[in-house]
Amino acid sequence: MWAIRLKETFVRRVLLSDSFVLFLTLAYFLVLWIFLPRLGSVRNLSNLSSNVWPLLVLVIGQMFVLIVGGIDLSQTSIMAVTSVCGALMMTSSLDPELFAKNPLWGTLISEQGGLLAGSAMATPAGILVMLAIGATIGLGNGLAVAKLKMPPFMVTLVSMFFFSGLAIFVSRSENIRNLPASFLALGQNYLGQVPAGRGSVGLVPYSFFAGLAMALVAWFVLARTVLGRWLYAVGMNRRAAAVSGVPADGVIVCAYAISGFCAALGSVLYSARLGAGRPTLGENVLLDIIGAAVIGGISLFGGKGKVRWAFYGVLFFVLLDSSLYMMNFKFYTVNIVKGGVILVAALLDVLRNRVRAGRTAPGRGATA
Amino acid sequence: MSEPLLEFEHVGKRFFGAVALHDVSLAVQPGSVMGLIGENGAGKSTLMNILGGVLPPDEGQVRLQGKPYHPSGPADAARAGIAFIHQELNLFGNLSVVDNLFIDRFPRVGRTPLIHRRQAAHRTVEALAAVNLNVSPKTRVDRLTPGQKQLVEIAKALHSGARIIIFDEPTTSLTSRETQQLFELIGQLRRDGRTILYISHNLGDVLNLADEITILRDGRVVVKGPKDDFDVDTMIAAMVGKQIDQLYPSRKGTVGDKVLMAVSRVTEPGIIKGISFDLHAGEVLGLFGLMGSGRTELGRILFGLDSYRSGTIHVDGRMQYTRSARERIRQGVAFITEDRRAEGLLMEASVADNMALVALPRYRRHRMLGTVDRRGLGRAVDGVVKALKVKCGDLRTDVVKNLSGGNQQKAVIGKWLLCEPTVCIMDEPTRGIDVGAKYEVYSIINDLADGGAGVLCISSELEELVGLCDRILVMSKGQMCGQFQRSEFDEERILTAAFDGHLAQPSQGQSGVSN
Repeated sequence: MWAIRLKETFVRRVLLSDSFVLFLTLAYFLVLWIFLPRLGSVRNLSNLSSNVWPLLVLVIGQMFVLIVGGIDLSQTSIMAVTSVCGALMMTSSLDPELFAKNPLWGTLISEQGGLLAGSAMATPAGILVMLAIGATIGLGNGLAVAKLKMPPFMVTLVSMFFFSGLAIFVSRSENIRNLPASFLALGQNYLGQVPAGRGSVGLVPYSFFAGLAMALVAWFVLARTVLGRWLYAVGMNRRAAAVSGVPADGVIVCAYAISGFCAALGSVLYSARLGAGRPTLGENVLLDIIGAAVIGGISLFGGKGKVRWAFYGVLFFVLLDSSLYMMNFKFYTVNIVKGGVILVAALLDVLRNRVRAGRTAPGRGATA
Repeated sequence: MSEPLLEFEHVGKRFFGAVALHDVSLAVQPGSVMGLIGENGAGKSTLMNILGGVLPPDEGQVRLQGKPYHPSGPADAARAGIAFIHQELNLFGNLSVVDNLFIDRFPRVGRTPLIHRRQAAHRTVEALAAVNLNVSPKTRVDRLTPGQKQLVEIAKALHSGARIIIFDEPTTSLTSRETQQLFELIGQLRRDGRTILYISHNLGDVLNLADEITILRDGRVVVKGPKDDFDVDTMIAAMVGKQIDQLYPSRKGTVGDKVLMAVSRVTEPGIIKGISFDLHAGEVLGLFGLMGSGRTELGRILFGLDSYRSGTIHVDGRMQYTRSARERIRQGVAFITEDRRAEGLLMEASVADNMALVALPRYRRHRMLGTVDRRGLGRAVDGVVKALKVKCGDLRTDVVKNLSGGNQQKAVIGKWLLCEPTVCIMDEPTRGIDVGAKYEVYSIINDLADGGAGVLCISSELEELVGLCDRILVMSKGQMCGQFQRSEFDEERILTAAFDGHLAQPSQGQSGVSN
């Protein structure tokens, strides 16, 4: 009897813990490590860590929108458009055979590259422009949702189509290479080396610092500022928030702008890693973003979400992804399994809510 | 006495150790009206949920016509002839009256899945006639008034052969005329041999309607008996377990001369017309009107939630047109909404987070970063929770949804008190809360006024306004149609004014009738 009680409370505590997904990730890692020793190799861990940070940045942005009860489907096309625009500005040479038909040829771009080509400020200026474009597109999404009262799904679906089309139009479907070395370093270089096998692998990828900075800023905004409280309040009950004097429209616009900004920052990291501006950048990432957010426990109904949860969700998702590929599954098998895992995560969320509700049932049952 | 139709025998129910019902025994005669009263949390809803098949009892049993009755779920209870008319109605607003009536029992054309529309319409007309409701069966339900919706719900219950009908606070959203019609219908149902369980906080109504009255407190039956044994005072005493000498606390302060809010000829076409009045420091000003008189709409306009076409609103001597609640909050205006679930609270958030919401900008520590002074805010919240005696476990983790109605309302009021308002607009501040909590809310209103604030108290309960206010304004059809000083309060005259804006004028020289 006593043992059962103990077990019940232990299961309950694990289920209800804020770190539930982290426990799940660790358990998954440990179990698979037995069968796949390579999973725990230094090389793989280094690889995993470089996959986590760009995705984390995107999920954090998505989380802001989810908290206010919306959804941002346009993040991936914001990535594509900023990737292309940034690269067109920073590139130091363009092949006339590929780009002569480009609408911008001769004005903003030429054989000698883009506007910022060769300048020492190319990288910082290019990144700033990318971030500004991302935030502006997000702002537009937010205004449409908050002021025109359009459904978020519609608004961001339209922007997704529009901007992914625009990215292809601007680049004429070509990858843009010859980016400054300092830009590429953001996605490809590491701080410190660790010996691994015959060679050595990087210890801390530069993208870690971008991810960490974004996570800290997001945590600060959500947990410590008035805006953070307002975001949760609007997501839980927009009318009640408005009656309480919360500038609900402005808060919603902010959330979408932050999401756009994060998408652009993610685009910087992915483009740098790829070494090119790519018009189809991020076309397969949407599932990963939303999947990681949901697995982390961020509610699609709004009002709930923490940076920690986003991090755990990303960690689990990246680990899952890499382990599946390591087991030599084909991409379609990987997708099937990923879909299944999201389903299981959603079911576990329902279970957790039920356990939580069971704990508070007396209050609910006793009153009207 | 004939054999009882429904019997509860030593019924007990616990939720994780907390006793919700204890040894409840109760018998209801067929064709009678049983009034069931008790404070929120006394166990009325739990008892009805057992009857309705939502919850099984832990102890004891229920008998229906002498036979043991163990419903496996709400559908089973409905089959046994038990219907529940809820506070929140279970109708599909987007469907027609016919569709709502037949949603689970459409007449078919033969054995095909096609709906026999003519027959359905025909039977709907009959069902509506049985409840004296005269609307077309094709009307969409969300076009109906709350009273009409309730009649549709009753028609649905009768139509499905209900023998026992449970009414849970049926009059909260009805006009007095609709209430009267409902009472007549209940009388008619009783004469037809149906059995009624009537739950309400309105003790006068219960005395009026019931044959027998049962009073619950803390999950136990305190008193039961024929209605002649009861009057309002003994009922209240039994409900709260102590004698409350007066329903309304006494005031210490007096109305000052300073005008805090001056409203002049405020008009919004189709909603309100030419509304003018002054709200003074230290005044509790009542605003009475029937459903649809524009009282709630006026409150929202004054608070900046809705727009107005013409007229002026001065707050604290300064004229300000605004359509923003934020602006009004900065001017020191507070607004307690009539709908705390939809507009008052974040039901899923903690008590502390709810209370902090309005005052957040006042506790902004850093202009640029916008960080919250969490310690200062926490202290302020603690202070208000203590002052209002909000009963909850841990106010940082306990979710507002799990509080009782009275404590939820205190949380709503509390979040405005954090801003120390000078003008407080309260729309139905005691809706759906029990007698004890009402008294506490009245005390809070008095304290606000005694502290020099002006309170505009909007209510559909005239008795409450008469007991509480220094002055009462009456609205009808969007216009101000009467003003009564405390010395001239007279419920009949105020009601007459509310029913017809053309009859009553504020009287002069007529001596006041005491309340």
